Amino acid sequence: MDLSFVILVEMLYAVASLVLISAGLAIVFGMMKVINLAHGEFMMMGGYATITAVGLGVNVFVAMLVIAPLVVGLIGLIVERLVIRHLYGRLVDTMLATWGLSLVFIGLATMIFGNTTTGISTPIPGFAVGGYQINGYNFFIIVVSIVLVIAMYAILRGTRAGLIARGTMQRSDMAAALGYSPDRIYMATFFCGSALSGLAGAVLAPLVGLVPTSGGAYIAEAFITVIAGGPSLIAGLVSSATAFGLVNQIFTFAISPVIGEVALLVAAVVLLRAMPQGITGRFFKDKM
Amino acid sequence: MERSATQDVLITLVVSALLIWIMPMLITTYTLTVLIIYGMLGLSLGLIWGFGGILCFGQAAFFGLGAYTYAIAAINIGESTVPMILAVLVPAVFAALLGAMMFYGRLTDVYLGVITLVVTLILFKFVNSTAGPQYVIGNARIGGFNGIPGFQTLNVPGDPNAYIWGVPYYYVCAVALVIVFLLVTWLLRSSFGRIAVGIRENETRMGLMGYDVAARKTVLFAIGAAIAGLAGALFANWGEIVTPNLFSLGQSAEIIIWCIVGGLGTRLGPIVGAAGLAYLKFMLGQQSMIDNTLIIGLILVLFVLFLPRGLVPAISGLFEATFGRARRRPAARRMRRARHG
Repeated sequence: MDLSFVILVEMLYAVASLVLISAGLAIVFGMMKVINLAHGEFMMMGGYATITAVGLGVNVFVAMLVIAPLVVGLIGLIVERLVIRHLYGRLVDTMLATWGLSLVFIGLATMIFGNTTTGISTPIPGFAVGGYQINGYNFFIIVVSIVLVIAMYAILRGTRAGLIARGTMQRSDMAAALGYSPDRIYMATFFCGSALSGLAGAVLAPLVGLVPTSGGAYIAEAFITVIAGGPSLIAGLVSSATAFGLVNQIFTFAISPVIGEVALLVAAVVLLRAMPQGITGRFFKDKM
Repeated sequence: MERSATQDVLITLVVSALLIWIMPMLITTYTLTVLIIYGMLGLSLGLIWGFGGILCFGQAAFFGLGAYTYAIAAINIGESTVPMILAVLVPAVFAALLGAMMFYGRLTDVYLGVITLVVTLILFKFVNSTAGPQYVIGNARIGGFNGIPGFQTLNVPGDPNAYIWGVPYYYVCAVALVIVFLLVTWLLRSSFGRIAVGIRENETRMGLMGYDVAARKTVLFAIGAAIAGLAGALFANWGEIVTPNLFSLGQSAEIIIWCIVGGLGTRLGPIVGAAGLAYLKFMLGQQSMIDNTLIIGLILVLFVLFLPRGLVPAISGLFEATFGRARRRPAARRMRRARHG
């Protein structure tokens, strides 16, 4: 009974962290068709922003939920203005340019913070369930990602800003004809995407030892989750995160964590081969 | 490609002989050897991406596979001729299977990129986790993140005690690169190469003309992997150790950057890009003021933004504009740059 509860929490946590890791990329890729390979480095910077802010005496939750997204969002804004703006519609070129950016950020972080591992302790204590110890912070991550998904849905579906953004992504010429500047909207969307990446990096920061290259650990998973999700933004994100999270955890419990990761990757290859348009290319069509 | 085949081969031979002779006076042969190996690796991706339009994010997988195949086979066999052949064949077969799975599934573009990336990651994670003594192939322990040291390095075929290393090894690598380069030239001049370029330009049209697009892409992909495998085996001999880092994402990224900087759709570009950037990285490694990842990244961003065609096409274009008197071939007839998968 206790064990099954622990496993359930672990599975939810695996799904939630995949959602969190991929959310920023899902916005940037799913809406703007920009493959941001610097996504992992945005997360890394979110982590560093949190650690720096906590070091300056800011409350850890404020640092994670407010400061990190703002800082990374601003960095994203600068990047969009300087580089990505010139490359819209050129999928492979954006991919290469953002890959270059990711190297730049790794280099900068190495120069500023040094090539050492830093970290902060988890702000929520663990507790025991029967004979097992559960990390209380896992619940925080689960809650954050649920709130995140609901908020994304509400904003895109319910607000005027979301409507304009979605419209611009579909037909930017029509949006321009109706008096909205696509340039501005792209800029704002990229800001939101980067801010989400920063948030994810910040929230996950207490769980990992942060080094300048830790972004690389996220990018593959995020990339796979978003691509396998397919054209629908939120439905795709949630469904592919669920599929991969479950596969990962089942194999982790059954065999070992390494096999769990390998199983996730193999599942991704099989899934993409079977459904080249992603999960929502076949199921849940026309959802958000 | 307007020149005749004989002329092309002659020019290649003369220029490369000159370079092989002159370069050791400028750079030590030890460094030069690895630059040549990287050049070959660059050429392998330049072939399948620049001429076949297949953007492979996992060329490092074949490179690493070649190196590991060589190391494991060399330990088990105790000489180097058969392992060299295996190091070319194993990646080629692996790529043929992977390619068949992808191309017959009509995967293109980003999806191709993701799958090749993921396969590289799987290999990386798997090899990294094989530290225990139970992971043994024949007499060779795979050794996890420590890699495999101490295997038989290249020897004269038939005599396992006559090692080839140092300066002679430099000549072996250089000649190998020239041979590969000539083979690639021949391949691109053959009907297979022309059709591959046709598939890059318009897959549907080539399919409707009756060519088996999937089969041809698969074969081209396997050829690229074979070249990468050969480069991997040569690299294993040069470094005398193989580690999982050969499979890493960073390695894959570098190969792509070489191709972009050197110039896609040229045979020379990826080689120049690879050797140039690897040498730059080597030079940057000797100072500690600026992190060299930062500079490599900046170079990539600047090239994508300002010189997306790459160095070699840009320079040859400039050269033609300055010195070309009666330009027989107008610019419009040049092949279009292939960037999408």
